[in-house]
Amino acid sequence: MSSKKYFAVVVGLGLVALSACGSSDEGGSQSESKTVTLVSHNSWAVSKGVLAAFEKESGYKVKVLEDGDAGQAVNKAILTKDNPQGDVFFGVDNTLLSRALDNGLFQSYEAKGADTIKAGYRVDGDKVTPIDTGDICLNYDKAWFSEHKLQPPTSYDDLVKPAYKDLLVTENASTSSPGLGFLLGTAAKYGDDGWEAYWTKLKANGVKVVDGWEQAYNEEFSGSAGGKKAKADRPLVVSYASSPPAEVIYADPKPATAPTGVVDGTCFRQVEYAGLLSNAKNSTGGKALIDFLLTKKFQEDMPLNMFVYPVVDGAAVPAEFTKYGPAAKDPETMDPAKIADNRDDWVKSWTSLVLK
Amino acid sequence: MVLPVAFFGLFFAWPVAAIVARGLKADGSWQFGRITDVLAQSDIRHVLWFTTWQALASTALTLAVALPGAYVFARYDFPGKQILRAVVTVPFVLPTVVVGTAFLALVGRGGLLDELWGVRLDTTVWAILLAHVFFNYAVVVRTVGGLWGQMDPRQEEAARMLGASSWRAWRKVTLPALAPAVAAAALMVFLFTFTSFGVVQILGGPTFSTLEVEIYRQTSEIFDLGTAAVLTLVQFVAVGAILAVHAWTVRRRESVLRLVAPETTARRPRGAGQWALLAGVLATIAVLLVLPLAVLVQRSLDAPDFGYYRALTSADGGVFLVPPIEAIGNSLEYAVAATAIAVLIGGLAAAALTRRDAGRFVRGFDALLMLPLGVSAVTVGFGFLIALDEPPLDLRASWILVPLAQALVGVPFVVRTMLPVLRAVDQRLREAAAVLGASPWRVWREVDLPLVRRALLIAAGFAFAVSLGEFGATVFIARPDNPTLPVAVARLLGRAGDLNYGQAMALSTILMVVCAVALLVLERLRTDRTGEF
Repeated sequence: MSSKKYFAVVVGLGLVALSACGSSDEGGSQSESKTVTLVSHNSWAVSKGVLAAFEKESGYKVKVLEDGDAGQAVNKAILTKDNPQGDVFFGVDNTLLSRALDNGLFQSYEAKGADTIKAGYRVDGDKVTPIDTGDICLNYDKAWFSEHKLQPPTSYDDLVKPAYKDLLVTENASTSSPGLGFLLGTAAKYGDDGWEAYWTKLKANGVKVVDGWEQAYNEEFSGSAGGKKAKADRPLVVSYASSPPAEVIYADPKPATAPTGVVDGTCFRQVEYAGLLSNAKNSTGGKALIDFLLTKKFQEDMPLNMFVYPVVDGAAVPAEFTKYGPAAKDPETMDPAKIADNRDDWVKSWTSLVLK
Repeated sequence: MVLPVAFFGLFFAWPVAAIVARGLKADGSWQFGRITDVLAQSDIRHVLWFTTWQALASTALTLAVALPGAYVFARYDFPGKQILRAVVTVPFVLPTVVVGTAFLALVGRGGLLDELWGVRLDTTVWAILLAHVFFNYAVVVRTVGGLWGQMDPRQEEAARMLGASSWRAWRKVTLPALAPAVAAAALMVFLFTFTSFGVVQILGGPTFSTLEVEIYRQTSEIFDLGTAAVLTLVQFVAVGAILAVHAWTVRRRESVLRLVAPETTARRPRGAGQWALLAGVLATIAVLLVLPLAVLVQRSLDAPDFGYYRALTSADGGVFLVPPIEAIGNSLEYAVAATAIAVLIGGLAAAALTRRDAGRFVRGFDALLMLPLGVSAVTVGFGFLIALDEPPLDLRASWILVPLAQALVGVPFVVRTMLPVLRAVDQRLREAAAVLGASPWRVWREVDLPLVRRALLIAAGFAFAVSLGEFGATVFIARPDNPTLPVAVARLLGRAGDLNYGQAMALSTILMVVCAVALLVLERLRTDRTGEF
């Protein structure tokens, strides 16, 4: 089909829609150099004032595109890398980093303030800049465990004990990022040869697997708001270290303590990165935006917006976080290169082991 | 005709072709070997088999449950009939992300079945089948019931007078006349369940996978575009075949029947048997359709003083830059734009399809227009990204893609609603006007338009309701922070915390009410000749 012939048609269509929907026009025609476009996933959030301050200082207008969940956003960025939708991509994590790097998604840039990033989060090379971190951890329902006079588990080992039979719900490792994180945590803990034996025991002990975090947390986990209404019966769920603070912050009235807790010995560390997209149209603006993501102002704004922890030295963490959901003391970690080498194979073996 | 073809070429065929080509091409050459490779995998064959049999089973179950409903709606007169007809249609236009959750309250733990008999069906195939009945009940009631209500009951009465038993009279007189409508409804239900996505993902759990779910996983999570492309082609062929058969049954049905006004055929139920049938149908509707919806409402009211609804108006939740309540405005704006596009495109297509001189090719286009209903939203969404990326068509980040994508889903409904009415307009009226010197435009304005105005309104209303609930395409399109209702609900459900969950329930309830009101308005506009939706 020759598309040129139908441009007039498209314009006509546009006019029809425009007249019906005038107010939501985003206006795509600002001059390139004055607009910088950030491509991210749908968990992106920032306080209005913080972003406005950056726009005022730098003179750039920031346009944000939210492109589905974390995995989709990365895949779409790769798909469009020759003609990217924006200048900066934020939100690729250590489990998918290799996919982005292997596909040449980013160009080199060393951010101002990179020296303030805590040592544990830095990566080799200058293609991406770590921006935030979070821990994927088991959460437990405090009320359930005190009612049943049972000590909550404290480690991966505990989960295969008969006392905790039929209590855990987790997510599909092939479609859910916490599900994958939990699998990687067990692989880090028990090693390349040991994790399958562990999962065989976990399966025998009645682990339930659902497709996504929403179903696991809102439908199956007895400690969540949705779970209580749905009379959920699983008091252990794979979620985030920041979920208990969220349970306090998003409650009205706010409870004195969080209704859920974190099982500290079952955490896997996730780090999210930002990078300057190859073929970015406004790379100067993109660089300024990445620098901004590392400023204390943004780093301290993140926790209550995206429920993650800052990565730079000296950035304060809100009181709710330290009180209800401190970062894991000794989380499992894994080198992105090792994840890259094994992810697909592990997920495949896990699928046939646990789901079939 | 040019405009609809251009619309579908540009916003459907081209993006889908682009993404399939990307998947099947490596280093510049076609890799058709991939097709046999993928189809040889036992996992994939298992998915194909499951997709087919669950669709067949769902269709059979939907017909079994909904046909008595279709009869009751067609032949009985009872108070609240109009409202009820709108209510049973609500699930059809709501996104599964919303109702999937509520449906668990029926079949899951602590649900009605669990309370009564200790039966839990969640993560079994029964949950999927029942949810398909829930979503597609209205398709059967509207398609079959619409025709049944217009069939002259005197034909059956005549058969009875001549000594046939009531069963024999039904089998020999009513059933043959009704068969094409039943076939058309069954094919639509088969199409919708064959391409089922949210229901399978939410209610079935990770062990069940349909083609549509597998395409989504391969494209959006595993990023194996080759496998996704092969599966897309397979689905394309299957859906094409279903639609071809559907078009054939529809055409057969339009030609043969002498119809009467539905008001004249419906009457109060008489006798214990008829009352029992009515009660049975109402009870089915109450349990299967109303209860899950009521659970949503109840959960949204679970905070004192409408707390969840009040929370919707504040922006400090952090999930959005704007108060979630603004999603209502966004949704309405998008839906209005999508409706305008769908009515324009669908109306023109329907007009072209009615023309006497329309050839085989044009009539085939009728079926083609339905294809977007059978192609994965993730395929279209990813296709947009690589197809519409050059100025002046770099629409990727433009808000207009959202109504365009919604219109793709709305057009088939507009066409199906308008077509029977337009075909019923006596061609001689148009010819007479033309002979008297009217231009084609004037003929349309003075002859067709007054006759089809109501159908046009109904088509617009249906396109509006479908756009409101459309989730798939909307979620795959990147756009700045102005979420639609279904997207806002999904985001709220993606966060821990009581207030987020409550707000999701409250927004779902609002979405449901808006859809119900739109459908209720349609009920008032209903005419005897509007099509099957």
